[in-house]
Amino acid sequence: MNSRDTILQRLRNRSGGELSAPDCDFAVLQRPSSSVAERVNQFQKIIESVHGEVHRCTRESWIAQLVDILSSRSARSLLIPAAHQIGRALRDSGREDLPELLIYDEPIESWQPHLFNEVDASITSTRGGIAETGSLILWPTPNEPRLMSLVPPIHIAVLEASELYTTFHEAMHAQNWASGMPTNALLVSGPSKTADIEQTLAYGVHGPKELIILVIE
Amino acid sequence: MSQTTSEDPHHIDVKEFHPRAQAAIADPKIRQNFRKAMDGLIAKRKDAFEGWDLEALRDLGANIRLRALANLPDLLEQLEKKLTENGIKVHWAIDGDEACRIVRDICVARDAKTVIKGKSMVSEEMELNHYLEKQGIEALESDLGEYIVQLAGETPSHIIMPAIHKNTGEISELMHEKTGTDLSNDVEYLTASARQQLREKFMTADVGVSGVNFLVAETGTLCLVENEGNGRMTTTVPPCHIAVTGIEKVVGNLEDVAPLLALLTRSATGQHITTYFNMISGPRKPGELDGPEEVHLVLMDNGRSSIYQDDELLDTLRCIRCGACMNHCPVYTRVGGHTYGTTYPGPIGKILMPHLIGLDEGRHLPTASSLCGACGEVCPVKIPIPDLLVRLRQESVDGDKLNPAKVRGHGAKRGTLEALVWKGWSWMHARPAVYRFGTVVAARLRKLQPGQLGGWTKYRTAPKLAAKTLHERMKERGQ
Repeated sequence: MNSRDTILQRLRNRSGGELSAPDCDFAVLQRPSSSVAERVNQFQKIIESVHGEVHRCTRESWIAQLVDILSSRSARSLLIPAAHQIGRALRDSGREDLPELLIYDEPIESWQPHLFNEVDASITSTRGGIAETGSLILWPTPNEPRLMSLVPPIHIAVLEASELYTTFHEAMHAQNWASGMPTNALLVSGPSKTADIEQTLAYGVHGPKELIILVIE
Repeated sequence: MSQTTSEDPHHIDVKEFHPRAQAAIADPKIRQNFRKAMDGLIAKRKDAFEGWDLEALRDLGANIRLRALANLPDLLEQLEKKLTENGIKVHWAIDGDEACRIVRDICVARDAKTVIKGKSMVSEEMELNHYLEKQGIEALESDLGEYIVQLAGETPSHIIMPAIHKNTGEISELMHEKTGTDLSNDVEYLTASARQQLREKFMTADVGVSGVNFLVAETGTLCLVENEGNGRMTTTVPPCHIAVTGIEKVVGNLEDVAPLLALLTRSATGQHITTYFNMISGPRKPGELDGPEEVHLVLMDNGRSSIYQDDELLDTLRCIRCGACMNHCPVYTRVGGHTYGTTYPGPIGKILMPHLIGLDEGRHLPTASSLCGACGEVCPVKIPIPDLLVRLRQESVDGDKLNPAKVRGHGAKRGTLEALVWKGWSWMHARPAVYRFGTVVAARLRKLQPGQLGGWTKYRTAPKLAAKTLHERMKERGQ
């Protein structure tokens, strides 16, 4: 008998007999309903407490705010999702004070050293956020691949205020995640960090050193 | 000196707990490092649950884990089916050796020479790095704490914070010596140096090996919890990802992970959530531009199916590996993680390791506890750790005829003298006349009681017998 069948047989022929499954009451995760503004405030408070940055924008103002953010950091390049409206808006903006706009349209194998060593910042969309934990929901796509939000030292994410949920539990139900998960789904709740050296916080250990969120209200 | 022993970390004699404990207690640096860290974590955990109905949340966590265990074989089959549909290859391993061989075979088939690793306690359980090195495959840890521990040639001293036994100065010296970084107490500089060193490795590694925090049967998803991003790197950059984990990690539904995640991060480090919660449900699909082309899951038993047989011991398998029990343990805080000599230290190690290595090897683990109960009080899934410690103590002396001992290596601590004393004790207590006579004689002869009572009086004063027995005193009071 192979290991699989041996293990399953041991579990099925349990000497203690069949186990009964208790009921699970998820009510403890319920939260009172809140307004969008309340959720944005809660989100901002939490994300700032973990060294993230929130900029509240409008659909008209976000590009100008992005330019300020990038120039204050002297970013020379920005990786954008080409086919997403964020990427299109940036390319069509005609602003000359934006850094060089880069597109992730080739498999990683063909340009890995460039992505790892030379891209200063990236901007991605989000699938919403979670106010209670200050989390962004990211479902990477061919248009916004997985490494886009991980490798560049600055990650800028665009979050629609109306897509901010209160809890993770609420978000996964509202978006019906259980019906099918993508190759990779992520909750991102701050810049990369570690406390492995004597409990001292340090940012950007492997992923981005800065997480900047543009909340579109 | 940090808490290292001259022993090879892969061949530590677990039975030598007491000498190691003595040495650790005598070392103020170890006590300071651990005490400082654990006090901080206790306070942070408390703050993180502020405003929660913590009891209700722990009940939910416990019930989700119990429900998953009740359906364990079905869930594992459902998981395998779902993962296979998603394109993830599932492997089963009876023990650590088989799990190691599976990883090796995948590496060999890909002609892989370098493996980069995300944090995984199961891979520590397998002693995977050690094994791969012997096979000529380089295995490099990428979690900063694990990286430090690996540079030092040690094993983790805490399941969440592997290098907690070292302070900044020690780490600076170690990195200077092994990697040529400048001597500096600037944690940011040290972290940035490690980032640079490891980025190079991520780009060239042939295989990424990670652990898993939760497996979701419903959707066929591997969930990883981390702060650094090295877990995401490990599971995204190399062309092949191998996840290794224990068979007990599965839960039924995707929604089950929401409360478990809320409990895990708050209990572990007092965070509302970690920086990354990474959910992987397949390899790179056509059209996708990154991610591994192959994803494997190794499901390891290694004693878990034996624990599963017993109604009481089963609770051990609820564990979600947060480490809160060690953070709150007065013994762990004083002796540190290496003293146990086991993969999993602290209270969870004391109830888990005897099953993995046998109660003969792990005979001192269940008694390395004051039974204060703190571990059971903070456990996010309500594992009755103190009860399980008592159960394992009974097993180690084969104490209870009504509940025959089951754990491998049971009875290892049974001594003829002790067994005889207890036999006499129970014989006397079943005979009132003998009992009265015996206690009166003992009270009269109390001056003859020796001052030294073996191990008991090594650190304590000897208890003194009363001048009169309880029966005599009650009689005097006229009752």
